[in-house]
Amino acid sequence: MTQREPLYRITKNDSRSFLSAALIRFSCIVLALLVSALFIFSITKLNPINVYISMFKGAFGTKRRIWITIRDAALLLMIALGLAPAFKMRFWNTGAEGQVLVGGLATATIMIGYGNKIPTALLLVIMLVVSMVAGAIWGFLPAYFKAKYNTNETLFTLMMNYVAIQLVEFFVDVWDKKESHSVGIINANNNAGWFPAIANQQYLLNVIIVAAVIVFVYLYLSYSKHGYEIAVTGESENTARYAGINVSTVIIRTMLLSGAICGLAGFVEVAGISHTISKQTAGGRGFTAIIVSWLAKLSPIVMVFFSLFIVFLDKGAIQIASDFNLNEYASNIITGILLFFILASEFFVNYDVHFGKRGKQV
Amino acid sequence: MEKESAVELRNISKSFGKVIANDNVSFDINKYEILALLGENGSGKTTIMNMLAGIYYPDSGQISVNGKVVSISDPKVAYELGIGMVHQHYKLIDVFTAYENIVLGLKEKNKDARKEILDICLKYGFEIDLDMHVYEMSVSQKQTLEIVKVLYRGAEILILDEPTSVLTPQEIAKLFNVIRNMRDDGKAIVIISHKLNEVLDISNKVVVLRKGKFIAEVDTSKTDERQLTELMVGEKIELDIHRDEPIDLIKRLEVKNLTVLNEEGRKALDDVSFEAFGGEILGIAGISGCGQKELLEAVAGLQQIEPGASIIYTSPENTEEELVGKSPRQIRELGVHLSFVPEDRLGMGLVGNMGMIENMMLKDYSTGHGLFVQTKAPKSLASTVKTELSVDTPSLNTPVRRLSGGNVQKVLVGREISLAPTVLMTAYAVRGLDINTSYTIYNLLNTQKKKGVAVIYVGEDLDVLLALCDRILILCSGKVNGIVDARNTNKEEIGLLMTNLKGGN
Repeated sequence: MTQREPLYRITKNDSRSFLSAALIRFSCIVLALLVSALFIFSITKLNPINVYISMFKGAFGTKRRIWITIRDAALLLMIALGLAPAFKMRFWNTGAEGQVLVGGLATATIMIGYGNKIPTALLLVIMLVVSMVAGAIWGFLPAYFKAKYNTNETLFTLMMNYVAIQLVEFFVDVWDKKESHSVGIINANNNAGWFPAIANQQYLLNVIIVAAVIVFVYLYLSYSKHGYEIAVTGESENTARYAGINVSTVIIRTMLLSGAICGLAGFVEVAGISHTISKQTAGGRGFTAIIVSWLAKLSPIVMVFFSLFIVFLDKGAIQIASDFNLNEYASNIITGILLFFILASEFFVNYDVHFGKRGKQV
Repeated sequence: MEKESAVELRNISKSFGKVIANDNVSFDINKYEILALLGENGSGKTTIMNMLAGIYYPDSGQISVNGKVVSISDPKVAYELGIGMVHQHYKLIDVFTAYENIVLGLKEKNKDARKEILDICLKYGFEIDLDMHVYEMSVSQKQTLEIVKVLYRGAEILILDEPTSVLTPQEIAKLFNVIRNMRDDGKAIVIISHKLNEVLDISNKVVVLRKGKFIAEVDTSKTDERQLTELMVGEKIELDIHRDEPIDLIKRLEVKNLTVLNEEGRKALDDVSFEAFGGEILGIAGISGCGQKELLEAVAGLQQIEPGASIIYTSPENTEEELVGKSPRQIRELGVHLSFVPEDRLGMGLVGNMGMIENMMLKDYSTGHGLFVQTKAPKSLASTVKTELSVDTPSLNTPVRRLSGGNVQKVLVGREISLAPTVLMTAYAVRGLDINTSYTIYNLLNTQKKKGVAVIYVGEDLDVLLALCDRILILCSGKVNGIVDARNTNKEEIGLLMTNLKGGN
């Protein structure tokens, strides 16, 4: 040999069986747990098993914790569901954060303005509609300019987030009577416009709303004519035009829907969880939801698991930080390692890697 | 003269997942020789040459260059060994000049580069303007530039991947001349091709691959088209296209003064007028990008048409309809179908990520009431197409992009024909297909013609156009440069019409 062989080679594998793919994903999770265990032990000298147990307890340790985990997962899921139609159309909606915020802002406006004047049931319906309209408007603007002038939707939707943040800041100052730069809990004295507890569960209504949205998005994307048009448009605008689809209409209609669902998430957050509004209301979920959406390959059902998983990691990290007196960055590293391996598993599902000696493969 | 080998390939295998692209292939490439690598699409011709060029790395086997065993781990190693490959899709930078493209990436500055390049051109007979920008060049000029580029970098072993597929007969003749000059200068040359007449014309030796396996090596002087086809396909096949005399011609389309601008605002179609008749196949020839695509798209309602044009369609009920101004859907509902197969095959007619069933409903998914799509009819249509055209797919829901080119084509043509069109427009319907499937498609088009459909066929292979069509319209720079009777013309005449615009017309 005059030259060395390459160390490794990568080839695409399109035809992996379901079982083999599942095995790869499973091994990646095991590997992730091992690597984080190594990290935990080498840095903190803690028993990794204990750390994992504490992590689990953080998310599912008590009945209340379980409900909080479900509540947060449901909210994240809702935003991910809102993104799904846009992503299926290959429209990179990075503006969920802003769409959630304006939805929340619209909800807060109604809560503050009509809190004592209208019965809560009616109030809830009005807030639901208004939050969706607000989110839809935030979705419409970038879609219109994309359809009309082919502007870059990624930048446009991203910038709309900042507009939403400033808008919220403005109204917070308008409503803030104590100059504390916060609106505090809205209608704290009479709970007007708050989600009622159903069967004694404070967050059951949140779950019901999200469940309805899952069913809707699933049917819409998989079986409706609109869903078909979205799929074709996402694959190729030329093909869509060839099939007689009005591409501009599809872009605008889909983003109206995407924005409306994200706006609805804002409603659930403000009326169903925090009962306040601030620029932190969306809390970065608009971006985390992008991860959920893609990890699930835009399948609404799979999204349920990934939103639960991400919230679980988050709660777990906080728990280990407090249980073992770690600083929070250490526990974030652990969740980072887990996420990294899960993302990497997709690579090994789609490609074969051949090492060193020819013929062998991993 | 004793043959001196430049490259020896021994037991080369390469697989991609479960797909075996090359299986234990061995042959030699000699100096002073032109080797034709012949095989159908998917037979592994390009894969094995990509391994020589350092783009892929073999799973097993041995490559020797000039007698020494080598390991070509990346394209740079290939360059150092004097192996240069001109790919099917040129790898040039549009905004650079020819000269800049040639010296791009070379480390040492060479003051004499310009002179050395011109020497190479002079030696082999290349015509090239070093200061021309790539975006101003024709396809044939780009190809010349690619070849000069690899020669300047010291290639002694030259691989050309399907070099003639985009050239006119005159350009092919010119290319073959320089290839012969290079051979006589001692270079080892490989031409990847599936066109038999060209292989017979240019090569000294033919290596045939089929399904990744080495099948035969024959001296060009001792073989003929029939033997090569059999080697390539693995069975005897009928290579004649049966062409009936057109009967009962009915005028279906009358296109007048059609002008279409492209994205840059230049005329992609310039005052085009022609007629198409039910019961005949009208071929459209032209070098690539001369308005073929725009012409079909304009008729189908997918192009913005300049004022003053008219496209009159005569329906089977003898009513006349103006197509200009109608939407693609309206035009389709009249029975004018574009079964377009653009560059990348899955670009327009089909949705790659969808299975056969969902692709069957692409054009009529919106019919019927209700919010949901109806899958019953497309499902039965899909299984009919699968059995009648013997589409090889694991299931009706397998994404069509996973199917081989021939099967993708069958899915598309199957759907188009099922819609019972009165005008059927196809473009590059057999691009990338194996011989057998190509003939299946020709037969399907002929059947449509017999049924009285007006078939418009945009093709690249002049031999096929001459054998299949009744009349051939030649486009040149967006203008109609002649409509000839396919039975009374020849390749040379069409080739000239493709390149030389008639004056004052």
